[in-house]
Amino acid sequence: MDLDLTEPQSAFRAEARRWLAAHTPAVPLPSLETAEGFAAHRAWERTLAADRWSAVTWPEEYGGRGASVIEWLLFEEEYYAAGAPGRVSQNGISLLAPTLFEHGSAEQRARILPPMARGETIWAQAWSEPESGSDLASLRSTARRTDGGWRLSGQKTWSSRAAFADRAFGLFRSDPEAGAPHRGLTYLMFALDAPGVTVRPIGRLDGKPAFAELFLDEVFVPDEDVIGEPGQGWRIAMSTAGNERGLTLRSPGRFTAAARRLAALWRERAGEAGSDAGAGARSGAGAGAGVEAAALRDRVADAVIGARAYELFAYAGASRLAAGGSLGAESSLNKVFWSELDIALHETALDLLGPHGELSDAAEDPDAPGPWSDGYTFALAGPIYAGTNEIQRDIVAERLLGLPKGRR
Amino acid sequence: MLDQAQTDFGRTVDRMLGGAGTPHAVRAWARGEHAAGRAVWGRLADAGVMSLAVPEAYEGVGPLPVELGVAYVAAGRHAVPGPLAETAAATVLLAALAESGTARSGQAAKDWLPRIADGRALVTLAAADGGPYALDADAADAVFAVAGEELWLAPGHGPVQPSFDPARRLARPLPGGELLARGPAVAAAAAHAADWAAFATAALSLGTGLALVERTAAYVTQRTQFGRPIGSFQAVKHRLADALIGLEFARPLLYGAAVALTSGPGGDAHASGPAGTAHASGPAGTAHASGPGGGALASGPEGGARAAVAAAKVATGEAAYTAARTALQLHGALGYTDEYDLSLWIRKARALRSAWGSPSVCRARVLAP
Repeated sequence: MDLDLTEPQSAFRAEARRWLAAHTPAVPLPSLETAEGFAAHRAWERTLAADRWSAVTWPEEYGGRGASVIEWLLFEEEYYAAGAPGRVSQNGISLLAPTLFEHGSAEQRARILPPMARGETIWAQAWSEPESGSDLASLRSTARRTDGGWRLSGQKTWSSRAAFADRAFGLFRSDPEAGAPHRGLTYLMFALDAPGVTVRPIGRLDGKPAFAELFLDEVFVPDEDVIGEPGQGWRIAMSTAGNERGLTLRSPGRFTAAARRLAALWRERAGEAGSDAGAGARSGAGAGAGVEAAALRDRVADAVIGARAYELFAYAGASRLAAGGSLGAESSLNKVFWSELDIALHETALDLLGPHGELSDAAEDPDAPGPWSDGYTFALAGPIYAGTNEIQRDIVAERLLGLPKGRR
Repeated sequence: MLDQAQTDFGRTVDRMLGGAGTPHAVRAWARGEHAAGRAVWGRLADAGVMSLAVPEAYEGVGPLPVELGVAYVAAGRHAVPGPLAETAAATVLLAALAESGTARSGQAAKDWLPRIADGRALVTLAAADGGPYALDADAADAVFAVAGEELWLAPGHGPVQPSFDPARRLARPLPGGELLARGPAVAAAAAHAADWAAFATAALSLGTGLALVERTAAYVTQRTQFGRPIGSFQAVKHRLADALIGLEFARPLLYGAAVALTSGPGGDAHASGPAGTAHASGPAGTAHASGPGGGALASGPEGGARAAVAAAKVATGEAAYTAARTALQLHGALGYTDEYDLSLWIRKARALRSAWGSPSVCRARVLAP
């Protein structure tokens, strides 16, 4: 067992650290769920891409560095430790790109990946429909064969980033006669400004248009924008879903950086109030204050422990991938763990802030929680998207523990 | 995370224990009859497990904390009785004090470590971090006791105090006996030994939790109600899934702690250029200092080996306890009985949770500056 880095890995990490120190915006960008913030984050993607940092694991011909999964994890650690902006191109880079590498054609990779790396094309996902959420295979939107391509019709919803994005990818029913719901589906890509597409932004809990409904009316998609074989969409999408749940969507760097900030916040608060357990009791604040401080301390410690666990788990998974293994149902363990860790971590930060904890990230008061508030709102969605945690627990129970299938 | 040889070693120990009839040995141990349990210890020694904490100078192969962790997870999975964590900790303590060299402590190391390594001796330890009791003192060939800056070979032990886990027999060492070492080195070595005890306990906890989840998964698959296996119900599935998630994310912390312990007393596994120290824990959103280049993966525990062990202890202890509550609930009244063997693991999970550092004590250590 070996937790040490090789010389090239250390050099890679040092280079990333230097670059980030020189380029990370000094003032945080506006929220990427606003028009202004989306544009600012798109520009940041260009800056990253100019020095080949936007998709480090991709081959160089597409704008990457051919980095290993371990190097990618190191980059992410550095990225979040530096406080660099959120990734507006995440849907494309972590969901569509792995699908293209596995199932796409060389022509598609050459045409689609470089502008994705440069932030010129921002991608949204188009999975869910009003009547098809967890039971995605029941989806009704159709792809009808036409001369030189397909015509898409129907309704998609909860489409992340679609309010401001350029293109979308998703599943459509191309063969209504196929024997089972997950057969006869085709994986297609389409432009959000194509004739026949209507985008209706949806406000998330804090009102920001983080996702959208898509109405599709006979939208033409050329054959070149079908990924893999028509009718094989379910199998192809499931390989993408593994990516979304597993390593790629949530790198541990995000949690280790947040946990470190949480511990710093706790030390600062404990110092200010003189309210660590012992001091609270001694200062006459009463045993209650001391007990409360100890309870908060335990939650801070749990966040630190959880982030470290997730980090080590991720590196172990990356080592297995590097050795030619796969993640499989393990990605469902991952997804439940990081999504609950994310919420607990942000809840603890807001609780530490006491009466200021309820202020939104728009509040200008110097004591306002700022990024903790936005992070909390973001975290609340975690147990719902990318396959709800209930679906993930079913997968863990059935595929890892061997329990019998039952009605959902 | 583990290499092939480590994985294979764990499998070998696990298979060997699977045929060792441990439930019978545990029940006899709880009655104060130690022969069957000592036979299991003999098998562990034959597999090389007892020599993993013993340095080569004393006929061991250690210290090899990763391998010890692997073996102790298997021991926990099979509910092996006896002072496994205490023997490992006493070994580390005697070896450390032999190095810092008084004649008497050197002699104690020569007397005991080779016998521990080959399985002839089973010893136990009471030290402040672990509370006033020496586990299984009635079965031990030697009872060591740390009091402040003194290490004693106790002359015996007081009455056995029953534990929630009847296979854990607790007794206070009697005062006096032979003074083996005295001075600040004793306190430092005892703290390091306590970290080993906590680490070993964490490994036993993880194995205990895994056994509980495996046994419960098997039970809910065959137990039928309303015409279906109860394991097909989501309320059952989700609870068991959560138990497994807790254990699977505790596992990397255990082996991370093993690597931190490898660097020795007060060690910091990341001393060669740790990201953990390189990242300032400063104000939110600020960049980190540019620390020394190279180094170990990732953020690293800020407090070195002690914090890494504490994190592993909290995570394994909580996960195993959750697994025990889950196993009890999903077995229904059957799980609440003494006679069904599940009780051996349910009771152990509760006891190990607070042995060698309660969850709260360990959480404080994780955040200690």
